[in-house]
Amino acid sequence: MRLLRIVPDNTTFDFMRFRRISFPMSALMSILAITLYFTHGLNFGIDFKGGTLVEVQTKAGPADLAKMRSSLNALGLGDVQLQEFGAPDDVLIRVAEQPGGDAAQQAAVAKIRGALGEEVSYRRVEVVGPRVSGELLSYGIIGLMLAILCILVYLWFRFEWQFALGAMIANVHDLVLTMGFMSLSGVDFDLTSIAALLTILGYSLNDTVVIYDRIREMLRRYKRMPMPDLLNASVNQTLSRSVITHVTVSLALLALLLFGGQAIHSFTATMMFGVVLVGTYTSVFIASPILIYLGVGTGRDSLTASARDEKERP
Amino acid sequence: MLYFTRWKAMAIVLTALVVCLFAFPNFISEKTVQSWPKWAQRHVVLGLDLQGGSHILLAVDTAAVRKEKLESLRDDVRRVLRDARVGYTGLVVRGNSVEVRVREANQVETALAKLRELSQPLGGFLGTTGQRSLDVGNDGNLIRLTVTDPAIVERVRQAVEQSIQIIERRINELGTVEPLIQRQGTDRILVQVPGLQDPTRLKELLGKTAKLDFRMVDVNVTAEQALQGRLPPEDEVLYGTGNESKVPYVVEKRILVSGGDLTDAQPGFDPRTSEPIVSFRFNTSGARKFAEITQQNVGKPFAIILDNQVISAPVIREPILGGSGQISGHFTVQSANDLAILLRAGALPAPLTIIEERTVGPGLGQDSISKGKTSSYVGAAMVIVFMLATYGLFGLFANIAVAINVAMIFGVLSLLNATLTLPGIAGIVLTVGIAVDSNVLIYERIREEVRAGRTPINAIDAGFTRALATILDSNITTFIAAAVLFYIGTGPVRGFAVTLGIGIITTVFTAFTLTRLIVATWVRWRRPQRVPI
Repeated sequence: MRLLRIVPDNTTFDFMRFRRISFPMSALMSILAITLYFTHGLNFGIDFKGGTLVEVQTKAGPADLAKMRSSLNALGLGDVQLQEFGAPDDVLIRVAEQPGGDAAQQAAVAKIRGALGEEVSYRRVEVVGPRVSGELLSYGIIGLMLAILCILVYLWFRFEWQFALGAMIANVHDLVLTMGFMSLSGVDFDLTSIAALLTILGYSLNDTVVIYDRIREMLRRYKRMPMPDLLNASVNQTLSRSVITHVTVSLALLALLLFGGQAIHSFTATMMFGVVLVGTYTSVFIASPILIYLGVGTGRDSLTASARDEKERP
Repeated sequence: MLYFTRWKAMAIVLTALVVCLFAFPNFISEKTVQSWPKWAQRHVVLGLDLQGGSHILLAVDTAAVRKEKLESLRDDVRRVLRDARVGYTGLVVRGNSVEVRVREANQVETALAKLRELSQPLGGFLGTTGQRSLDVGNDGNLIRLTVTDPAIVERVRQAVEQSIQIIERRINELGTVEPLIQRQGTDRILVQVPGLQDPTRLKELLGKTAKLDFRMVDVNVTAEQALQGRLPPEDEVLYGTGNESKVPYVVEKRILVSGGDLTDAQPGFDPRTSEPIVSFRFNTSGARKFAEITQQNVGKPFAIILDNQVISAPVIREPILGGSGQISGHFTVQSANDLAILLRAGALPAPLTIIEERTVGPGLGQDSISKGKTSSYVGAAMVIVFMLATYGLFGLFANIAVAINVAMIFGVLSLLNATLTLPGIAGIVLTVGIAVDSNVLIYERIREEVRAGRTPINAIDAGFTRALATILDSNITTFIAAAVLFYIGTGPVRGFAVTLGIGIITTVFTAFTLTRLIVATWVRWRRPQRVPI
């Protein structure tokens, strides 16, 4: 049986040369993502914003959204959003946080239950009061920072500080782009999104570390190879692994995306973007070439020469 | 790298087998499992999002605790000064303090000395922390007693502890399976009740303080007069419940008998009107007090007050000497039953507020399980086919290793009695990705070594040696992310972190032992002339 070879043996793509395109492109994308974040904003879910989320299923046929909307709007609960959720008889209702503290949120739920009556069954009711939502957000941000810091320290111990810094730049780049994606696609930004971001972080690092491992090995073995050549060789040697692994991860994610249902849809969509699109690109085109600038393997004659080249050609 | 001593190989296989076996009870019906010994019964618990149920986070009202503490301090100050025969004016609660003005300047020192006795050492072993419950100071004739923050914290802690016990009693009356009630942080209580169709009743039971008072209705003043401002200082106006929430009652502030004196409460029916009622019985001192009051006040109305709402205000027709009575107040069968539960369980020391609620209906849970299963099967099938197509025989090895890996994840989850949530299933699917990656790393390395001109056995050996270092590095970074998720995460996120973390550990284990053992056995058996990847 002939085995599948997605990536041919002994590839010699000049990834390092591509940095003249990839670096400006990533910079531009990052700026775009940050702009999006500030202009368009993230669609904060109730975990971080507080409020009420109710998922109902109508008992008789498809839901009449217009009718439900008018009966819910009559309750005077402020902003009420209705949305079909995965199936025509499944409706997601979001109510903004009510003024008047935690008890007011519970009163709102009671009103909604009263208005919808017995025509629907309640699949999910989530109420997050103002006290909890603030904490969840700060825990989320602290967690993300803490994770990056821990990983950085580990890489610093395991490699050299340049590698840790390179990995962190790649990481932040991943997170920024993913958050741009979240802003653009308008998926709910909630606790699950933080989990998705952390997983993307882990995966992207996993990938970067595999290439860095190879770079370190090459640095020990070939003392005289010019840095760009060495990096190119490392990325090319691990290319087959990168591609195969990402195909398998994509397959697993694709299954979750197609059959996992609405409840984890935004989670998997974010993961798909972060892991498959950004993560691989970053480890190959950002994390590796950036080592040239961070001065990995200084003391090599050839490297000083190539670094001078860089300065002369901006 | 490819040589295993016999006992080492056996140890590896045995470990994997035992861990996998722990997953076994999950696939057997619960009835069968219950007849097994306790240690074999451990199994994965489905999270509330999968089996349906309510997650409710309650917070103790610290403001109310503070207010109550200050009011009782004011009463203590009054008692102390009266006993010491110190004349005073203007005894008030102001901010965090109680203030009182001593009339005669020469009595200030006496008053201070007596009031200082109210302050108690706090915390530590025999008060070794040096903190006290009160700061007592004076400014001329004005004495100020300030409740310290540690004293409030201590009081809140006690309130949480008492509340947990009372909530436990209330929820147990609902007859639900395995409710979880635990303290969270300083002033919070987490309640998780699985398999509940409608949490409204649960929330009603949790949200009521259930403070029951018996007080006299003041018949000298009508409600209209009282509302117009002619309210005697020893009275207050309270309103009725339900349909009568607008009906005012003028009741005395003095509490004659309180709910703390009840020993039992049961729902029942009034034999004459067949209306639902709650009958109750007092303990000895409560019965004595109640008998005394009813003897003295025949023909006058008294009010039965629950959480500052008047349930009913019947007229005392005859002295009640037996120590038992009944409450009737437009109850339904269920509300009578609930009131009986609340009275039996006792009053909460402070009101509780629901600050977070997440309820999943059983229908959604069932859907999530089936969707989780479908996506796992489809994902696994695609990965298996892809690995076979890419690596052939070695792909088969990888698939076997990954399958054992997944079984081991379930084994460890069962061993820990861990909770499986929907994000947890996502975590397992992602672990499959990581587990496959470890195999890919090894095989790609072997391919490279073959290309570099090594002999098959040499190439396989070198491939394992070099790839395992990388596997360790890359997995530790992901594990760090999982660990952080576990520590900061709550509920669903935690479930994800648990399966991801366990998955990484089993992945490293299988990569270092099982995969290597499978390949080593194959090499010894076939003595390959070329590597088929």
